[in-house]
This record gives sequence, C-alpha cells and structure tokens, in this order.
Amino acid sequence: MDAQDLSGFPLRLEGDAVPMVSFRKVTKSYGSLVVLDSLDLDVAEGEMVSVIGPSGSGKTTVLRMLMTLETINGGVIYVDGEPLTHMPRGDRLVPADSRHLRRIRAKIGMCFQQFNLFPHMTALENCMEGPVHVLGLSKKEARERSEELLAMVGMTEKRDQHPSRLSGGQQQRVAIARAMAMRPKVMLFDEVTSALDPEVIGEVTNVIRKLVAEHNLTMLMVTHQMGFAKDISDRVCFFYGGRIEEQGTPDALFGHPKRERTQQFLSAVREAI
Amino acid sequence: MFDWRWDFTWDILPRLIAATGNTLLAAGLGYAIAVVLGLALALAQRTPSRALTLVVREAIEFIRSTPLVLQIFFVFYVGPQFGLRLSPWTAGMIAIGLHYAAYLSEVYRGGLDSVPKGQWEAATSLNLSTSRTYFRVILPQALPPSLAGMGNYLVGIFKDTPMLSVIGVAELMHTANAIGSETYRFLEPFTLVGIIFLALSLPTAAGIRLFEAWVRRKLGMV
Repeated sequence: MDAQDLSGFPLRLEGDAVPMVSFRKVTKSYGSLVVLDSLDLDVAEGEMVSVIGPSGSGKTTVLRMLMTLETINGGVIYVDGEPLTHMPRGDRLVPADSRHLRRIRAKIGMCFQQFNLFPHMTALENCMEGPVHVLGLSKKEARERSEELLAMVGMTEKRDQHPSRLSGGQQQRVAIARAMAMRPKVMLFDEVTSALDPEVIGEVTNVIRKLVAEHNLTMLMVTHQMGFAKDISDRVCFFYGGRIEEQGTPDALFGHPKRERTQQFLSAVREAI
Repeated sequence: MFDWRWDFTWDILPRLIAATGNTLLAAGLGYAIAVVLGLALALAQRTPSRALTLVVREAIEFIRSTPLVLQIFFVFYVGPQFGLRLSPWTAGMIAIGLHYAAYLSEVYRGGLDSVPKGQWEAATSLNLSTSRTYFRVILPQALPPSLAGMGNYLVGIFKDTPMLSVIGVAELMHTANAIGSETYRFLEPFTLVGIIFLALSLPTAAGIRLFEAWVRRKLGMV
C-alpha cells in the first residue's frame, strides 16, 4: 500500500447510524491504470445493494477489496464501524496486519462466479470446513448448522456428493450455504449467475431472495441480471469508469435514469435481451 | 562365446538378494528425505520473502545442474574439511535426498500452480488460516497432478542408488562389483543386477499408476 496521509480518517465510525460497510475515498490502481477512483460508498445494515455497470467499470473490484482479495491503494474501508484495511495504533491508522484482517474479515462472506467449491470435499464437508476449523465448532454442531443450510438451499439430498457430480446451479447453492455457515454479517455475491445455464439461474436467485427475506444480512451483489436486481435491491449503483455514475432506488435508476451513460447502458442491456 | 555358469549364478544370488535390501533401503530413505524436503523447498518459494525465494531457487538450479555423483563425492570427501565427518550411508542419503528434493520441488511447484486461484480466494473468504489453506485445500488438490512426476522420480532414485557404490555403500552394484573383483567373473553378477532392477522397477511403475487412480477417486476428482 502506498504511504498516504490517513489523518482525516476516523479510528472507528461512531454515532447513531453507523453503516455496515463504508468505503471512504478508496482508490485502486494497477500501475497507471486506475480501476477505482476515490470511491465513497456506504451500505446500511440489512441493506441490499446491487452493483451494475459495463465490464471494466470496477464493480467486481469493489467486492474483492471488501473480501480482502485485493489490496487498496488509498482510502479506508470500514466494516461494522471498524477499519478493515487498517487498524488503529495509538491515535492513527496503520495498514492492517494479518491478525486484524482475519478478525474483521470474519464478518464477511462471499460467493463467486465460478463457485470455487473445494472439489475434494463433499457438499457437506465444504460447508463444515470453516465452522470446524475457523470458528472452532464441534463436528456435531457444524454438521447440524451445515445440514440446516443445505436444506435451506434445497441440497439435502446431494449433501454427500462431490462438486464434480453437481450441476452449476447446485454448486452455487452449496457455495451460498458454505458462506452462510460462517454466519457473516455481510454477504457478497460476485456475478453468481453468470456462469450458469439460463434454465438454472432461477434456482440460485430464489435462494438469494430467501436470504433477503429471512435474514437481516447486508448484501452487495454484482450482477448482470437487471430484472433480478430491480426486484430485490434496496438500492442500485451504476458504475462507470471506476466511479459511481448514478445510484438510487431500483425504480428510480431503472425507471428514470438521470445520467446519459446510465441511459445508454440500460438501453444497450435491454436491446441484448 | 557365452560362458554363463549356473552354479556360480546360484552361489552369488543370495549375496545379491541381501544387497538388494540395502538398495531398497537407500532408495526408500533417500526418497523419504526428498519427498519432505522437496515440499519444504516448494513452499519456501511461496513465502512473501523475496530473498528466501531467490536463495532457494538458486540452490535448486545448482543441484539440478550438477551431477549426482559429484554431489555424493562432495558431501563425503569435502564434508570432513568443514568438520562434517559422515559415514558413507549418511553422506549418501543426504546427497541423494537433496538431489531428488530439488527435482521433486519442481514437481510440487507444478502441482501447486495447477490449483486454480479461485480455491485460494474461497479459502480466504472462509477465513481459513494459511496453514489450513495449504493442508486442507491446496495440497490435496496439488497432489494428484504431482503423482505421476513423483512416481517417475521414485523409479529414478532407485536406479540412481548404484552411484552410492562410489563411496562404499554396500548396495547391489557395489556387491556385484565386489563379486567380480573376487572371482574375475562379471557376466553373471552384472546381468543379475540388471534383472533385479528390471524386476523391481516395472511393478513399481505400474503400482504408481494404480495408486494415482486410487487417489483421484478418493478425492472425488473423477
């Protein structure tokens, strides 16, 4: 991380309405290529925010930075009021060490476009791995929790199968159960339906609908499914060129986009359908 | 032209079979060292420390670019000048173990590189520690693609054990040579050595292929 003046950033966020996730002037670049340019984005507890935009707009990077899969070059990310990318030392912020990262990261779960299930473990073992080896649950507790979640995603019958025996939609549902087994406060969905055949997209989106309805999760979702984003989101952010070009309620953004680039993007997407 | 003597053959066979035990022991011990040390060398190249990576890489290059027999001589004859006085067995095991560790580390490196990046990311997203990530997620997946290479080097180390005869390890080759010097008959002992090597190498290679298939099945990868 580049040396930067962090004196303007609070050691922790306090007050009545602390956002669950807060990006403050977050910058990400690869060499001279700026992927995200001083991003400010707050997500409230229990809020479902969809991130849309053309490829290369930096939308996936937002999730990857939050999951600590990418480092950031400037700014600070806060989760649940505490800095994620940094930690307080005395009265200032310094880059986080691995212990701090692990502690804060425990609040975040993520599902990936390519599912990324562990191929040498069964569906159930995939779900139990984190609870047993990270959270320290007993095998019995972890199994109960995992079976409950596999039931929620409709995968009870396939729990003893390895991922190679499951369809893409089934693998993604197991991946959602696996992430949920860690009891995160924030869930990230990175194009979770992009690698799926059209006819199985519904089985995954239905599971996400269920999560929204039954859990008080904070969610950030990068998606190309505009209809789904419109249905399910509290807020939609349209990314363009590493910035939030426009954001608003789904009705406002999809119904009456104000910015020209948003209008262009949405009409291009509609034409493609 | 052929002067093959069966009575002589039966006479020397027990001595050669006894020496085969030493050959197998040398191959087994050397391989065990190489398997563990090779993994350490492969993992050492994946630490954040640039300096460590560079030192390990250069050491591996050095070992792979010089002959095994030189390394055996070096450990055994040059070692004492640095206060390292080793028996032929110990020196031989260190040399051959190190030599094959360098090769095996490259096999492991290929296996580790073949694990998709998404597996690391999933492990991070589940907050698994680095060691858990390696032992539960990455290494089990790096193993199957490494097995063929590991098997080749198991046969390789077995066939290279005769090099230990140069420092006096009483393995097969050393024994056959000794029989030859004592009796001035080389045809029978060396032919028998060849047959013994062949008889052990072929089933080993086949066994490795079966083991590989079994591991893949066991890990749910078929």
